Amino acid sequence: MTLFGKKIPIFFSLVIWFIVWELIGQAKLSTIIPPFSRVVVAGITILPTEKFSTAASISLRSFAIGMAFALVTGIPIGVMMARVESLSKILGMWVNIFVSAPISALVPILMAVVGIGETTVVVTVLLFAVFVIILDTQVGIKQADKSLVEMARSFGARRYQIYTKVLLLSALPEILAGVRLGAIRGVKGVVIGQLLIAILGVGELFELYSKHFLMEEFWALVIIVFMFAFTVSEAIASLERYVEYYASTR
Amino acid sequence: MMPAEAIVEARGVGKTYDGGVEALKDVSLALSRGRLNTLLGPSGCGKTTLLKIIAGLIPPSRGEVWVKGKKVDGPGPERAFVFQDFALLPWANVLRNVAFGLELRGMPKEQRDDLARKQIAEAGLSGFESSYPHQLSGGMRQRVGLARALAVDADIILMDEPFASVDEQTRRKFQEELLDLLRHKQKTVIFVTHSIEEATYLSDQIVLLSPRPGTVSKIIHPNIERGGRNPDEIRRDKNYLDVVDEIWQILKHYVV
Repeated sequence: MTLFGKKIPIFFSLVIWFIVWELIGQAKLSTIIPPFSRVVVAGITILPTEKFSTAASISLRSFAIGMAFALVTGIPIGVMMARVESLSKILGMWVNIFVSAPISALVPILMAVVGIGETTVVVTVLLFAVFVIILDTQVGIKQADKSLVEMARSFGARRYQIYTKVLLLSALPEILAGVRLGAIRGVKGVVIGQLLIAILGVGELFELYSKHFLMEEFWALVIIVFMFAFTVSEAIASLERYVEYYASTR
Repeated sequence: MMPAEAIVEARGVGKTYDGGVEALKDVSLALSRGRLNTLLGPSGCGKTTLLKIIAGLIPPSRGEVWVKGKKVDGPGPERAFVFQDFALLPWANVLRNVAFGLELRGMPKEQRDDLARKQIAEAGLSGFESSYPHQLSGGMRQRVGLARALAVDADIILMDEPFASVDEQTRRKFQEELLDLLRHKQKTVIFVTHSIEEATYLSDQIVLLSPRPGTVSKIIHPNIERGGRNPDEIRRDKNYLDVVDEIWQILKHYVV
């Protein structure tokens, strides 16, 4: 972004929005929007509390387990769908429906099936994340250079070597893009899952704050969750940039 | 030239692709050990298909291919392929690319890196071991592709229009290096090209293929006296010019 011919850093636009927020808050237009400065103070006070750290660790654990399942199932399914035509015909439509379907609507059904607890949240994370990972992996493997596969075969590569030494590495940029999008959706999955269950982790806190109209704490938590999602996404994105550097001539 | 022992034999090879396109029809030929054999023909005559059938990358629909007295049913360690589009791993440096054939065979890293370094040096690529393919010119990439094929020490090198995507100077330099290579190592080369001059200049035996479906139209032994003469002299040689003309007289009927 440039202003008056000078380059200004991107966070500057955030600063402008924070000022606008502060002004609206100070003007007391709505009780839903407290001044930004008070939200920051609330954030600083809730961070060290035991209630927050317990909630955060439960949420992180659900996120990590759900994402791990999403990776372990999503990548192999994506690879197989790219390589086996009939499998892609059977599963392709479902993956495409679920990647755009409102998974949140399924959470109440999940609660009925797997009970109200951490498992439901883990499954929600899995469902939020897995389909985009499948889809991107499939695209990556499909776009892999056919002549590299032929080359590997000509040098006597075994079937597993074609996967580990050619196809997966070739598809790595797409797979990472899928994992990044999956992780962002996964964060949504944790929050939505826990909100709907309302007795666990960050979701419980959200429920508590909104019920008691603690808007400063509520917004502080929103910002913390957003920052977490952003950090995860940026970490994967930097890995992607590194991979794209050496895969730049595919 | 005395007919040398056949190292590769095709017997009645035919190939029909899914969808009914007949690429090759009843191709029978014998390719000699330690010689440079060229498959020459217009585009779409199935010469690359034939090469890939010999390589074991494509199964023939009919007939069979025998290499060193064994029937081909897939790729084998006695054959190495050089690709027209180089087929280098973009995420691997030159050293790892050259060693890739050995890596697939499970050779320990130190041993295969040593062998690869030797091939890289012979290919004139010393100093580029840790460069990535996208940092190299087309000519250098093809040297990497050739070094990779030589590193596995196969008897037979299969080359699919290897010089098609490099410039003319590099192409001629490669041709000299290829002839040099054959003088020093007892390799059999099967070379696909659509260039009459290149085929005549390089080959001990030229297999001329007719267009779709590809069949053997004629087999020519150029018999060009090379001993000590420079490339320009050879290209003015009467024998050379006669062979070029003979092939052209046949090929021009295929040009529509």
